[in-house]
Amino acid sequence: MEVNPPLVRARDYHDLSEQISSIVEGDVIKTPRKYWITLGITSSITILLAAMLTYLVSTGIGVWGNNRPIGWAWDITNFVFWIGIGHAGTLISAILFLFRQKWRTSINRSAEAMTLFAVMCAGIFPLFHTGRPWRAYWLFPVPNTDLSMWQNFRSPLIWDVFAVSTYFTVSLLFWYTGLVPDLATLRDRAVSKLRQVVFGILSLGWRGSARHWTNYEAAYLILAGISTPLVLSVHTIVSFDFATSVIPGWHTTIFPPYFVAGAIFSGFACVMTLLLIARWTLNLQNLITMKHLENMNKIILVTGSVVGYAYACEFFIAWYSGNIYERFTFWNRAFGPYWWAAWSMYSCNVFIPQLYWIKAMRRSLPVMFIISITTNIGMWFERFVIIVTSLHRDFLPSSWGYFRPTWVDMCTFAGTIGLFLTLFLLFARFLPMIAISEVKGVLAYEKQLFKGQAVEVAAE
Amino acid sequence: MNLDPKAIREKLGIGDDKVYGVIGEFDDPHELVQAGRRIREMGYTKLDAMTPFPVHGIDEALGIPRSILGWIVICVGLCGTATAFLLIWYCGAINDKFVIGGKPLFDFTFSIPIAFELTILFSAFASFLGMWALNGLPRLYHPAMNYRDAHRASDDKFLLVIEADDPKFEAQRAAEHLRSVGAETVEVVEG
Repeated sequence: MEVNPPLVRARDYHDLSEQISSIVEGDVIKTPRKYWITLGITSSITILLAAMLTYLVSTGIGVWGNNRPIGWAWDITNFVFWIGIGHAGTLISAILFLFRQKWRTSINRSAEAMTLFAVMCAGIFPLFHTGRPWRAYWLFPVPNTDLSMWQNFRSPLIWDVFAVSTYFTVSLLFWYTGLVPDLATLRDRAVSKLRQVVFGILSLGWRGSARHWTNYEAAYLILAGISTPLVLSVHTIVSFDFATSVIPGWHTTIFPPYFVAGAIFSGFACVMTLLLIARWTLNLQNLITMKHLENMNKIILVTGSVVGYAYACEFFIAWYSGNIYERFTFWNRAFGPYWWAAWSMYSCNVFIPQLYWIKAMRRSLPVMFIISITTNIGMWFERFVIIVTSLHRDFLPSSWGYFRPTWVDMCTFAGTIGLFLTLFLLFARFLPMIAISEVKGVLAYEKQLFKGQAVEVAAE
Repeated sequence: MNLDPKAIREKLGIGDDKVYGVIGEFDDPHELVQAGRRIREMGYTKLDAMTPFPVHGIDEALGIPRSILGWIVICVGLCGTATAFLLIWYCGAINDKFVIGGKPLFDFTFSIPIAFELTILFSAFASFLGMWALNGLPRLYHPAMNYRDAHRASDDKFLLVIEADDPKFEAQRAAEHLRSVGAETVEVVEG
């Protein structure tokens, strides 16, 4: 019988602790210069974000290109884009955990961190799109004297507020729960007083007692169990923002599953981009193996094809419905003024990932790096196409319009990319990027499986 | 940890003579489970283990009951569901009757998304906070940390503990028992 090769290549448990912790424990001054240069660039872009938001708040929402009829444009596009990116993190940490996919352990921590940072970036856009972010508490049912009314609970926009804030909170709790045993490892290895105190506090006195692990595993299973429907609900509710309106191109029942598939698709691509960079710069080839990458590429192929099916289905229904507005919207989408956006999206999301039917492509590092980036470009265009092309020409030709982003739109979006990368770089350097205790569990399992055989340390 | 356990003990008013238990050290999770099972067969009841990752079968070997966390979570989660319905009903149909789009002031259907989200939110807090509460964490000090190699329980060692509260506990004998089931290093730990 043929047995799959081991996922983790490490001599023993100590070797694992050593390899993963050493990234965190290295002398700050000795961190490679390329790290500081990258961090310098990304944090400069983050400062650009702060500058753009300051300019927006001090001047007014008109500095963005939004107009009538395109009241939602890059802001909501970016919001949905970032939320979607976050979804793969929860999928990897929760859904693959429930399916007992052991290969997830090497990548789940960084995917969860990615979720948190992506949701932070996402939140910025609707918050500032309100025009008065200092009134953000009006979004929540907080008794107050200046609003003198309650939120409209009949509106999907308030559902979205609940969905996204719940999503962020639950992701944070889940991530931190997973982190505690590893923080205890770092505490126990700490040499300097500062590390002992910081990791001592963060690890909450964790000592790995069997009683603790019993409750811990129950909590982890429950958090995974509730995150799974949560992640599906979040993008479903995001899609309700569109689907419950009467705008042709938005008012469709296919939106919830279509949005969820797209979110997972773009999120996996983003995890892939980040992992490939981390694997290359931090030499994690023995922990993030070709098997991990190939599995992720298979998921990208599946979700990309689901998204392709959804596109086809939308066109079919537009024709089959017999509704002239619906038919026009889809004809206009593919051949109207925004044809370039639509065809970028079809090429990046549907056509290019089909290369993954070929095994050599699934296992080629340059190919997967390029596809991970084109997928995210394509998924950004998907949201742009849905939002802007549906709004710019609806029922009345007299109210048709065209949207052009301003430099503030572009710099704000670039700024969130900077913020995302800055947070991720800080995380990768100062917290264990791979779940030490979970990978040890897999190693123990494999030691049992490959008893008698030497599990060798080897790079791909 | 470099923090001096002696100083901590003095601060907390714990005498030097008090014994926390006997700890035996193992290299392999399977050895630990087998040793735990045999120690329990010898009649010890107050047992614990300290391991770098969850070792499957150890809870059964040591007689650790199943976690009750699930029951806590379901109760708190249902409170979350109720909170959402009550909130939407009170805000929309009692406190401020405001007709929008000709829709009813309160209805089950449009309350579902928020009810679902609050169920999840409350459950998540219940499982997170409940887990720490059941574990008695966070805490600054635990006598098990006095063990010479306690810091390796989060690295590559698997520790088996016979606590001094055990009615059958007698330090010398417990240490011999641990050695007899295969522990490489055995130490009486103060606390």
